[in-house]
Amino acid sequence: MSFLIDSSIMITSQILFFGFGWLFFMRQLFKDYEVRQYVVQVIFSVTFAFSCTMFELIIFEILKVLNSSSRYFHWKMNLCVILLILVFMVPFYIGYFIVSNIRLLHKQRLLFSCLLWLTFMYFFWKLGDPFPILSPKHGILSIEQLISRVGVIGVTLMALLSGFGAVNCPYTYMSYFLRNVTDADILALERRLLQTMDMIISKKKRMAMTRRTMFQKGEVHNKPSGFWGMIKSVTTSIPGSENLTLIQQEVDALEELSRQLFLETADLYATKERIDYSKTFKGKYFNFLGYFFSIYCLWKIFMATINIVFDRVGKTDPVTRGIEITVNYLGIQFDVKFWSQHISFILVGIIIVTSIRGLLITLTKFFYAISSSKSSNVIVLLLAQIMGMYFVSSVLLIRMSMPLEYRTIITEVLGELQFNFYHRWFDVIFLVSALSSILFLYLAHKQAPEKHMAP
Amino acid sequence: MTRVLISFTGVGKSSLVHLLCQNQVLGNPSWTVGCSVDVRVHDYKEGTPEEKTYYIELWDVGGSVGSASSVKSTRAVFYNSVNGIILVHDLTNKKSSQNLYRWSLEALNRDLVPTGVLVTNGDYDREQFADNQIPLLVIGTKLDQIHETKRHEVLTRTAFLAEDFNAEEINLDCTNLRCLAAGSSNAVKLSRFFDKVIEKRYFLREGNQIPGFPDRKRFGGGTLKSLHYD
Repeated sequence: MSFLIDSSIMITSQILFFGFGWLFFMRQLFKDYEVRQYVVQVIFSVTFAFSCTMFELIIFEILKVLNSSSRYFHWKMNLCVILLILVFMVPFYIGYFIVSNIRLLHKQRLLFSCLLWLTFMYFFWKLGDPFPILSPKHGILSIEQLISRVGVIGVTLMALLSGFGAVNCPYTYMSYFLRNVTDADILALERRLLQTMDMIISKKKRMAMTRRTMFQKGEVHNKPSGFWGMIKSVTTSIPGSENLTLIQQEVDALEELSRQLFLETADLYATKERIDYSKTFKGKYFNFLGYFFSIYCLWKIFMATINIVFDRVGKTDPVTRGIEITVNYLGIQFDVKFWSQHISFILVGIIIVTSIRGLLITLTKFFYAISSSKSSNVIVLLLAQIMGMYFVSSVLLIRMSMPLEYRTIITEVLGELQFNFYHRWFDVIFLVSALSSILFLYLAHKQAPEKHMAP
Repeated sequence: MTRVLISFTGVGKSSLVHLLCQNQVLGNPSWTVGCSVDVRVHDYKEGTPEEKTYYIELWDVGGSVGSASSVKSTRAVFYNSVNGIILVHDLTNKKSSQNLYRWSLEALNRDLVPTGVLVTNGDYDREQFADNQIPLLVIGTKLDQIHETKRHEVLTRTAFLAEDFNAEEINLDCTNLRCLAAGSSNAVKLSRFFDKVIEKRYFLREGNQIPGFPDRKRFGGGTLKSLHYD
């Protein structure tokens, strides 16, 4: 009986998450495009729903809501469904939509998408070989095999994103790094841009006139097409068209310049806005936070280095350690069991919420930057795949932040994975990502003022 | 003299501009960054004794309406001295035509753009278009990708859209040269639009100088003999 109640609660929450994913898709991601293939929206919302359910189950684990056996059952079921989606459905549909975009292969869409999927599976399987993730006693198609590989990809993604985020966050918040941009700079750059456009226009006017006179004189103006055309153009050359190609080259160079100037101007406007923003109250608040985050970022890099160098993986989670410190060193006595449950709930809750929110925002930005009306379906599915893998690996890693008694269910459900490996791998990739982001931001920062100072 | 072409990204402006200016189909359209310009040689009042050749600059300004305000401010530079606006939308994508309202507001209210705040929240306001002096043209692209059965419904929708803007509309397929073949209704509408732009640009200026006596104008330069200004 209780199992039925528990299941109905789970299903209701899943429907809620599905609805949220659907709304997010419609309002945020696809607000400038028309949804023609509803299957894409459904897949995205389903992936989102099942990922959030996993987090929900963790919270229930901590708060001891629902029956223990029903929790276990739902864990297993949820995991199977998510793995099915991530490994079978989404890659297949990605292949299908990619193939649909290519006109040549339109007729045998299904065949080619199956081929693409098989290639994906091959590489996916090969991915697990160099990593010591499994003990050999597991079968071929067990959950552990699939999860381990998904985990590797997801953990790499997480570490890359958090490495870059940890460095980028103080860089964006703190006004110390803001270049000084005045209105005069912007005006000067705009003038240059308009001058370049004028030069392009005058050259194009010449070209258009030349073309028109050639056309009226009856000369054929065609670009050399085919083999014989090219041979002919070597020996005979119409002076008009030679002129044209010369001017065309100049125009191409000028157009490249105008693009550069446009991007630089947009950059200057953005910097100016940030300067204005930093003078407001909110801006000052974020500036202060920036200092905080930079210290936090340095500390995390330091800890990652220590972990790798001394080859240690933290055994206790921050909650228990924090409680230990307060009880032993500060001498404050309180009910450990009661508080550890609540504190770990709050901590885990914050981690979950911020990682979901952060991921969705990053995905949206990414989507706006690179999608076009042709590729929007493929990109959304790719984002759904990334999101699913990200959330699965968050579950793997979150295990470390929870006290021992709550870890058991994750360990039970996910099987005997080498969790330590994942943490080590996360540290390595985090370090690499953070250091390379520092290098990259430093170079970008250095290069920018020189461009603008040049007359 | 300039004319600005605006629409959402991925709609086919570059192909359209190429078709209009060079009478050729663009073979490999790629992403447009910033603004690209092309020039079309247009015969004003073709076929009449007052025929004169003009250059028309087509500025292809694009991007997303939801761009960062820094990109919007940069785009505002291109909206100065605009003599006509072509709004381009994708016939296969309803949202691009809905975005046209926001685009036109952005272009017409260019004085307010630098502050990053639009006058309205994108709601259509007929008053603003009523006293608008700049000629507008609405072009729908990718006509070939619409299935025969849906064509009627799509074309009625776009007709309403053009009416809202008090503009002419053309629906075409940028990969087909025949859509703008001389003598077709599309070509005629296009010519009329360009003629209107040229009139507003050159003759309105003259009209501003001598308000109330806009009857006979002499054009310096000599190719145009006389002009009756209605």
